[in-house]
Amino acid sequence: MEAVATTNAKDLWSGGDSPFKVSYGKIMMWYFLISDTFTFAGLLISYGAIRTSQPKHDAANPLSWPDPNEVFNAGPGFHNAPLIFVTFMTFTLILSSVTMVRAVQEGHQMNRSGVLKWMAFTILGGLVFVGSQAWEWSHLIEEGMTPHGNPFGASSFGALFFLITGFHGFHVSVGVLLNSWAFISTYRGVFDRRGHYEMIEKLGLYWHFVDLVWVYVFLAFYLF
Amino acid sequence: MSEHHAVAHHTEAHAHGHDHHGHDGHHELGFIRKYIFSEDHKTIAKQFLVTGIFWAIIGALLSVLFRIQLGYPNADLTWMKPFLGKWITEEGQIAPEFYNALITMHGTILVFFVLTAGLSGTFSNFLIPLMVGARDMASGFINMLSYWFFFISGAVMFVSFFLATGPASGGWTAYPPLNALHDASSGGVLGVDYWLISMALFIVSALLGGLNYITTVINLRTKGMKMFRLPLPIWAFFLTAVIGVLSFPVLLSAAILLLFDRNLGTSFYLDAINLAGEPLANSGGSPILYQHLFWFLGHPEVYIIILPAMGIVSEVLSVHSRKPIFGYTAMIYSLLAITVLSFIVWAHHMFMTGMNPFIGSIFVIFTLIIAVPSAIKVFNWLTTLWKGDIRLNPQMLFAIGFVSLFISGGLTGIFLGNSSIDIRLHDTYFVVAHFHLVMGVAAFFGMFAGVYHWFPKMFGRYLNPTLGYIHFWGTISAAYLIFYPMHFEISLPRRYYTHSGFETFSDFAHLNAFISTVAIISFALQLLFVFNFFYSIWYGRKLRESNPYGANTLEWTTPLRPGHGNWEGDIPEVHRWPYDYSKHGRDFIPQTEPLSQYEIEHGEHGDEGDRDIIKKEEDENHKG
Ligand code: HEM
Ligand SMILES: [Cu+2]
Repeated sequence: MEAVATTNAKDLWSGGDSPFKVSYGKIMMWYFLISDTFTFAGLLISYGAIRTSQPKHDAANPLSWPDPNEVFNAGPGFHNAPLIFVTFMTFTLILSSVTMVRAVQEGHQMNRSGVLKWMAFTILGGLVFVGSQAWEWSHLIEEGMTPHGNPFGASSFGALFFLITGFHGFHVSVGVLLNSWAFISTYRGVFDRRGHYEMIEKLGLYWHFVDLVWVYVFLAFYLF
Repeated sequence: MSEHHAVAHHTEAHAHGHDHHGHDGHHELGFIRKYIFSEDHKTIAKQFLVTGIFWAIIGALLSVLFRIQLGYPNADLTWMKPFLGKWITEEGQIAPEFYNALITMHGTILVFFVLTAGLSGTFSNFLIPLMVGARDMASGFINMLSYWFFFISGAVMFVSFFLATGPASGGWTAYPPLNALHDASSGGVLGVDYWLISMALFIVSALLGGLNYITTVINLRTKGMKMFRLPLPIWAFFLTAVIGVLSFPVLLSAAILLLFDRNLGTSFYLDAINLAGEPLANSGGSPILYQHLFWFLGHPEVYIIILPAMGIVSEVLSVHSRKPIFGYTAMIYSLLAITVLSFIVWAHHMFMTGMNPFIGSIFVIFTLIIAVPSAIKVFNWLTTLWKGDIRLNPQMLFAIGFVSLFISGGLTGIFLGNSSIDIRLHDTYFVVAHFHLVMGVAAFFGMFAGVYHWFPKMFGRYLNPTLGYIHFWGTISAAYLIFYPMHFEISLPRRYYTHSGFETFSDFAHLNAFISTVAIISFALQLLFVFNFFYSIWYGRKLRESNPYGANTLEWTTPLRPGHGNWEGDIPEVHRWPYDYSKHGRDFIPQTEPLSQYEIEHGEHGDEGDRDIIKKEEDENHKG
């Protein structure tokens, strides 16, 4: 009787109860994201602690917290346009999340060419974002911002900015690499042969997470 | 029959790109894949165990060295010069910087490499799949990566011992500003960078391992293995992994900030500092920020160390008293309570940082509340022993020793948890006594209990029990002889290189010499265990029965030497909780045995006495 219950090899491997009816890979991804949330939380809380210990923005005080409109007012080929460039970056990243959703949907339909198309857009969005960030960094460095100095005000601003946007940018870059790897695997038909596109779903979770974190990074440095 | 299933797995494995194999014999793996880059959870567990033993020897040896300095401050150590070079001064003394490096590395190695990786890594890996009824971890590959990240992390730490300026020496907590500056100490020149990189790798290893433990317990339980039928060690390993996955990342943030401060000129932790009389340019940071980030991991970390030991001890106590664990459900809920509370007590390590006394009092309250689930557990262990049919084998002795040590060390925790008392006790030997008894030695005892108990399952042979008895009685005596007297050294600050320069401290000279002597003897005893361990792997008495202790859990339903995949045929199905000992006149009833007709499962409605059930069954038999 027991033997009958377990002749299906799949049951044999996956045990009796799967309370969330989710595969182990997705559970793992979820727990990873929770833990990564704590890493970012650690950094953002440090940001909060240091920032609140500095004098509030005050044009007369060169050591006060800088005004984001002053710091971020340029883009490639234009000046005096506060926050325009970062708006573009944010928009690109959010769009890439939308294309990611489309890729996941196509994966559910087992539509290889659809997945390829939307993954390509997602990768492109990621690349544009990382590229823009590289431009912004080098621009700010030219203007004299370093991890230990900041012409616009409190030096901790520079340190925190490079640290946190850098750590986020690192996440985006890793995402682009993973997405490209998934793109190639899709192209080679690996997931078709496997019978499901769960890998794209897992990468989708990661990608949305990185997107969500950007919202907080954006709030911390560009808005307040 | 079993042949048929094996074939089924293989097709499955290829079709779904899964990473599991049935059992070996079908796949002959080469030496490298089988013993070095193995994906079998049992092999990975042994890798963690042996690496842990290696680090334990190093860590304990360091404590012998600094104990020599503390106990015999004027001894002539010139004979060590050939081994330790410039770390022994011309006068034959341990150099002060070396002393600092010794205590730093001792703490780091034992806390992280031995009692986190060595303990969780070994037993979570070995027992989770075997006890929940799975063929392996959710991802064997990630599991293997977890070990190798640990290995590389250890290698980096090891290399730091050979730096010209020495390894990190600013305490295992690596507080800034001391550890944020290159020129404030010799260990700070380079050692701290190695330390931080090693920790970062270690965190990666802990996360990879933890993710696997969590998913395996949630998703890969065999048929019938409900969460409330899990053996207590599994609950403990599961919650340990949850704590790790939530707290280690914060240490990662702390470490990244510290690396930046050290190497990129940032001032996250630095403000208004003079070094050698010269003011530094750093401004705007806060060293207290680091303490918050560190202890947000640091306190949960001590539970990461103790929970697995608690789980192991619960199992060993129950099996070897031939009694169900007392208060199974209460045990689980207290583990859960500890898990949650462990995240909101961290500032009890920081009462002396000038924090607002009101905030301090909130942390006092949570700290005292966490004593409640701990006390429930102690109560339940003692009641499990009560009127048990106790077998005093080495694993049982170590389990009972654990309870004793945990009580002794836990009591002083209640003193320390009150901020008003802690102000007096902070950074004295009273603290050292507290955490060594409750965490250091107690967790070791849990680990020993586990090693003695599951050694036959791991290696197919028994450890030598006579050496085991010597090991136990020697170690428990040494633990109390070393750490009990430290409670009286409450006017002695910890981490001081020497106490001989101060008149008030000279009262303790004899006591310190005594403690150091016992510490050295105790070190020798541990080597005896190491000998027993390796000797028995090859020459121990052979295991001949599959369930030598008459235990209920699933690992004893595997073959004598289980291969990769654990069970040769089907995975057994589970019908009951794991603690049916001395029930219905039977010594034990394995989890795989279905409930008999009138039997009520433990924890199910009502507590119809055993006798009624037996009577009903007997009546039934008469009729039939
Ligand atoms: C063989 C038995 C042991 C002896 C004799 C011993 C001795 C000591 C002593 C005397 C200190 C204080 C050093 C100082 O303040 O200068 C110390 C610190 C410490 N020990 Fe042990 N220890 C032992 C085992 C352990 C174990 C098993 C652990 C694992 C948790 C451990 C973890 C620590 C930690 C974390 C510190 C603090 C390091 C620091 O604050 O610098 N020890 N040990
Ligand atoms: Cu604590």
